[in-house]
Amino acid sequence: MQIRSRAATAASLLGATISALALSACAPGSGSASEADAEETISIVGFAVPEAANKNIATEFAKTADGEGVKFQTSYGPSGDQSRAVAAGLEADYVHFSVPTDVTRLVDEGLVADDWDQGENKGVVSHSVVVFGVRDGNPKNIKTWADLVKPGVEIVTPNPASSGAARWNALAAYGQVISDGGTEEEATDYVDKFFKNVVSLPSSGRDATTAFLGGTGDVLMAYENEAILAAQNDEGFEYVLPDTTLLIENAGAILEDASEPSQAWLDFVLSDEGQTQFALTGFRPIRDDVDFGGTVEGAADPSNPFPPVGTLLTVDEDFGGWDEVSTKFFDEENGLIFEAILGAGLSLE
Amino acid sequence: MTSTEIAAVRPARTPRRSGPRNTLTRSSGLGLGIAMIWFSALVLIPLAAVVVTAADGGWQAFWNTITGPQTAAAIRLTVFTALGVTAVNVVMGPLIAWVLVRDRFWGKSVLEVMIDIPFALPTIVAGLVLLSLYGNADSPLGIDIANERPAVFLAFLFVTLPFVVRMVQPVLEELELDVEEAAASLGASRFTTFRRIILPSLTPAITAGAALSFARGVSEYGSLVLLSGNLPFKTEVTSVRILSSIENDNVVAAASVATVLLAISLAVIVLLDVIQRRVAARG
Repeated sequence: MQIRSRAATAASLLGATISALALSACAPGSGSASEADAEETISIVGFAVPEAANKNIATEFAKTADGEGVKFQTSYGPSGDQSRAVAAGLEADYVHFSVPTDVTRLVDEGLVADDWDQGENKGVVSHSVVVFGVRDGNPKNIKTWADLVKPGVEIVTPNPASSGAARWNALAAYGQVISDGGTEEEATDYVDKFFKNVVSLPSSGRDATTAFLGGTGDVLMAYENEAILAAQNDEGFEYVLPDTTLLIENAGAILEDASEPSQAWLDFVLSDEGQTQFALTGFRPIRDDVDFGGTVEGAADPSNPFPPVGTLLTVDEDFGGWDEVSTKFFDEENGLIFEAILGAGLSLE
Repeated sequence: MTSTEIAAVRPARTPRRSGPRNTLTRSSGLGLGIAMIWFSALVLIPLAAVVVTAADGGWQAFWNTITGPQTAAAIRLTVFTALGVTAVNVVMGPLIAWVLVRDRFWGKSVLEVMIDIPFALPTIVAGLVLLSLYGNADSPLGIDIANERPAVFLAFLFVTLPFVVRMVQPVLEELELDVEEAAASLGASRFTTFRRIILPSLTPAITAGAALSFARGVSEYGSLVLLSGNLPFKTEVTSVRILSSIENDNVVAAASVATVLLAISLAVIVLLDVIQRRVAARG
């Protein structure tokens, strides 16, 4: 009796050990399963917003010689999460992220070629700009960046700490001071004031829009394309294009071991046909001469959907590129933007 | 004949009686094995991985992470709010269960089903509902707590509501009314009956519900992100801090905060168990 039960205990413990070993053994080396039949399939992994555009581009692509018979597998979600998923082994041929740092993560993992951003498009597949979402009729009369830091104006912006895409907003707030001739101190001061007026820092752009539509705040820091797409989906809000704003450059790349038609797909995305589909869902085309028909439903003025911006800042020219931006503004320890958020938070306590 | 039979049986029985250290038969050993594999794969190994990751950066990095002012504030807010919510649930849960078990009223079965809704609703939908009800100047209820600390409390309350109710309810259903009647006939007041007869039987269930409710509150994310505003030092909870660390590719920091939460939850669960034993012993 005793011996038997001891053996049973041993068996059960052995079972547990084996299961542990088996698990640790099969942890690495995933993701090569569907290699054989993946020839004519393109796996798209991207951030959520361009889903509609990519779907339309895929339909057009299927009509070309390169795209005939090509199947698509798609996965859309928060940019950072999607990038980490690919780094961890999610099957992908083409990635489309809201910030270039999500692609550089894959370069560091050896999944994307070093020279992904050396092409004519510099790794950028879609454009947009930072805009202010306002309440109907713009009751607080918000037109400029200076209006945002007035007392009593409540700002909703996605949290730059937890959303890579939200970093565009924070950079725009800083950069517009410099481009108006301000010093770095004045720009830092502006950002401090800006975050003191922030009443809600939702984790993602999606949550921020939901919170704003739910009645929080006077101003939503948003992207022009998302404002247009929201209007197309009947949950729109009025938006204001400030005189000075930041050009949002969404990054796209194909992976090193991408399937056969992926290069043709990327070329098609960058072509006038591809860019037209982006324009129709609210993105600004990456070239000014793309003829998308001139009308975009959901834009503030559908017949002039993408009015020229007075001063358009870019990360490369005005901020010295993403490497510099990441350390100067978004370092967890002493990034300028994070310090501003901390400072605003401390003053609340 | 009979005496020899007894003698033959006795030695076989004795070890079982005197030392119940191991009562496994072959089939129950198999059961334990399956349970262990299941438990290891789903809980033990992932938890161990979190702790190991947290240890990756060394003690100093771990300490710096969890004592950083923003993270420490988030941990304080989360833990104290979860404790407060648990305290409310310990009072409200048995009360609701009592109403559901002992009273007959119109709409009872509907209420019975409604209790579970916080379980069933995706938390982000809960967040959306809370936002539309309590989140702005033209709130239909005239309550606007958006981006304030009560928002966190409310969200925790919402998602943890069913735990104590559902733990207490079946126990209350099993309780014999005779015992209460006997107590009453012996001259016990209603309060004494409740304190000496009912409460001791409910205590284990209340404690278990409280532990679940605390653990659920500490880990809550979805239902509060829209309403709380995630403001550092004010309404930012630990799950949002963890998310930020992950977005910054700082897995070690994320795991460190998670480990602290794990330790706190464990401590609270053990503490509740000790309290429950005390109360049970006294009753």
